[in-house]
Amino acid sequence: MNISSKQIESLKLREPGTPMIKFLWEQLKPRGAWLTPFNLISIPIIFLGIGLIVIRFWKGIGSITNLTQETPWGLWIGFDVVTGVAFAGGAYVITFMVYILKIRKYHSIVRVTVLNGFLAYVFYAGALLLDLGRPWNVVNPIIGNGFGTSSVLFLVAWHFLLYMIAELIEFSPAIAEWLGAKRAHKILSGMTIAAVIFGITLSTLHQSGLGALYLMAKDKIHPLWYSEFIPVLFLVSSVFAGLSMVIFEGSITHKVFSDKISDSNHKAHHGIIHGLSKICTAAMFAYFFLQLLVFIHGKHWTYLNTSMGYWYLVEMIGFVVIPMLIYFIGYRRNKLLLIRIAAILTMLGIIINRLNVTVIGFRWDATPHYVPSWMEIVVTLTVIFTEIWIFRWVINRMPVLQESPSWVEESK
Amino acid sequence: MSLDRRDFFKTMGIAGLTLAIGNESSAKPVGNQETEFFGMLFDATLCIGCGSCLKACSKSNQLPAPEGEIEPGVIQKTSESRRAVINNYNTSKGEVYIRNQCMHCNEPACAAACLTKAMHKTKEGPVVWDADRCMGCRYCMVSCPFDVPKFEYHSANPRIQKCDMCYSRIEKGKIPACAEACGDALIFGTRRELIAEARKRITENPDDYVDQIYGEHVAGGTGVIYLSPVPFKELGVKQGLQNASYPSLSKGFLYSVPSVFIILPTLLLGIHEATKTNEQNHEH
Ligand code: SF4
Ligand code: SF4
Ligand code: SF4
Repeated sequence: MNISSKQIESLKLREPGTPMIKFLWEQLKPRGAWLTPFNLISIPIIFLGIGLIVIRFWKGIGSITNLTQETPWGLWIGFDVVTGVAFAGGAYVITFMVYILKIRKYHSIVRVTVLNGFLAYVFYAGALLLDLGRPWNVVNPIIGNGFGTSSVLFLVAWHFLLYMIAELIEFSPAIAEWLGAKRAHKILSGMTIAAVIFGITLSTLHQSGLGALYLMAKDKIHPLWYSEFIPVLFLVSSVFAGLSMVIFEGSITHKVFSDKISDSNHKAHHGIIHGLSKICTAAMFAYFFLQLLVFIHGKHWTYLNTSMGYWYLVEMIGFVVIPMLIYFIGYRRNKLLLIRIAAILTMLGIIINRLNVTVIGFRWDATPHYVPSWMEIVVTLTVIFTEIWIFRWVINRMPVLQESPSWVEESK
Repeated sequence: MSLDRRDFFKTMGIAGLTLAIGNESSAKPVGNQETEFFGMLFDATLCIGCGSCLKACSKSNQLPAPEGEIEPGVIQKTSESRRAVINNYNTSKGEVYIRNQCMHCNEPACAAACLTKAMHKTKEGPVVWDADRCMGCRYCMVSCPFDVPKFEYHSANPRIQKCDMCYSRIEKGKIPACAEACGDALIFGTRRELIAEARKRITENPDDYVDQIYGEHVAGGTGVIYLSPVPFKELGVKQGLQNASYPSLSKGFLYSVPSVFIILPTLLLGIHEATKTNEQNHEH
């Protein structure tokens, strides 16, 4: 691939000394080709989505969603928040391996994973705002206009907020490098370990907390998906959900942003994916074992021979056991393609699982059953596409995939 | 290191502890058999389906007047514009009327779910909703085992609608509008009195009643209790609910949070220090 001199120019990070305003103005301008397939698809959807969001705030949530009195939480919570956050689990797993266990091998993907995690939280927490009927009161649980400490949602809300701050701190050295802010860089880098430890703790708590949200809905969730172990199952599955996302996302960024990745990191890529596939296999095995225990413990045999039971088997065998085996074979034979296939199947499995708990199995007996409206789906896509836009903007400008500017090494 | 690590963890530990204490006190049962709080008793053997209680309810709460006749087999549900309904079921003992509204649980799932305490159980007994606090998350609806709270999906300033046992009337020393309008099948009083009265009716007329007070134990006990001439499952009353309170389902998780907050960071820091010396040893 030929890189034009203009592109090389744009890749240069700000050396301390260039005027800030001019620099920021330069950075805000769009770059590269406009008529890419992604842009052509995402731009109209984003505009449509914004229009729908306006209607939603003007005429109430019911004007664009299919939510009912029986099913008050639909796609926006079940997919945007609960599933999205599981996919963001890569950040805590990778930071644990790199900063706590000091496995250097994964160092080159820390920043992109943390960026991903951070954006996921910002956008999915943002999607949560759309779902609030009275969003102007969203600060109440924070400022203390009623501390509902007995509420799992209260914990989740606080943890989301604190986690976003922790992730921002973890990512901030990259921002400082981009801005050429040497002093800030030093301070922020010094905070990394504290932020990482805090972040991992918060992650374990809110990954399981998202499951714990549904504990009181005992009689509303299909017995095959309800158990008192939902929090543990959510936590364990967030490990391989997050890592599968890292594999998937890494494989894509590797193609799309290949000009931004240094040679050494290119070479490391294969080893990283290989290593992650091993962890995924182990985590999925643990998860499957837990699911089996829950199933046997709950004496759920009678449900198996029903349509929900078949669906359960599809999830467990098709999207847990099979991808686990593919991961395993991919790892043993060191085949990237197999690992990537396993990652995609696993991600589908996580989507299916989270939707089974939150939407499909939730009041499965209610008639008519909730099915999201096309408008809910467009808004969901809007959220995801906007996130990808921001992700791309950051990757193109900050040292996420590319090496840090030279002054970082010098100032050490 | 620019941030004092010890201070950082101290603050975090305190945050964890505060949460622990907070949980302990607020997760305690708001009421139990011994505490005096108000409730209502609905006696299905006495209800004639006149609907006066429903009219009184909508009038007193500025809601549209009830539409649709109370007919056998036509099952109505409470909605964002109706806090209570009466349905007529064809049972083994002929037509029986039964009311449906918020149960004012002793330990309400809706209140435990609410992260702003907008939904809360008052000391008098009614479970009420506070517009200034509610953020419209609808977690109370997800959690209520009786599917009671209703949400105004078609409003830009939506409210949660549910029976509040006419709390504003109770505060003024009056009784709920529906109980006032009925005065026979629906009576108001302290839960203890009502349970005693219900039990008395069952013992005195064992042929007229099934030997069960719905609401005595279900979901940890409710403020609104029912008597019926036929088994409750014939009346479309929620079956299969647990007797333990619903908030008890998430208590285990909430209690584990503070310990995770203290143990996990310590552990992580320990491993971090250990791997650090390892690395240095390798380098030297
Ligand atoms: S019936 Fe539902 S809304 Fe009413 S107090 Fe109980 S949990 Fe709350
Ligand atoms: S909708 Fe309102 S009352 Fe219900 S849980 Fe949320 S904040 Fe509380
Ligand atoms: S207590 Fe008040 S709000 Fe509740 S059903 Fe009766 S009249 Fe309606």
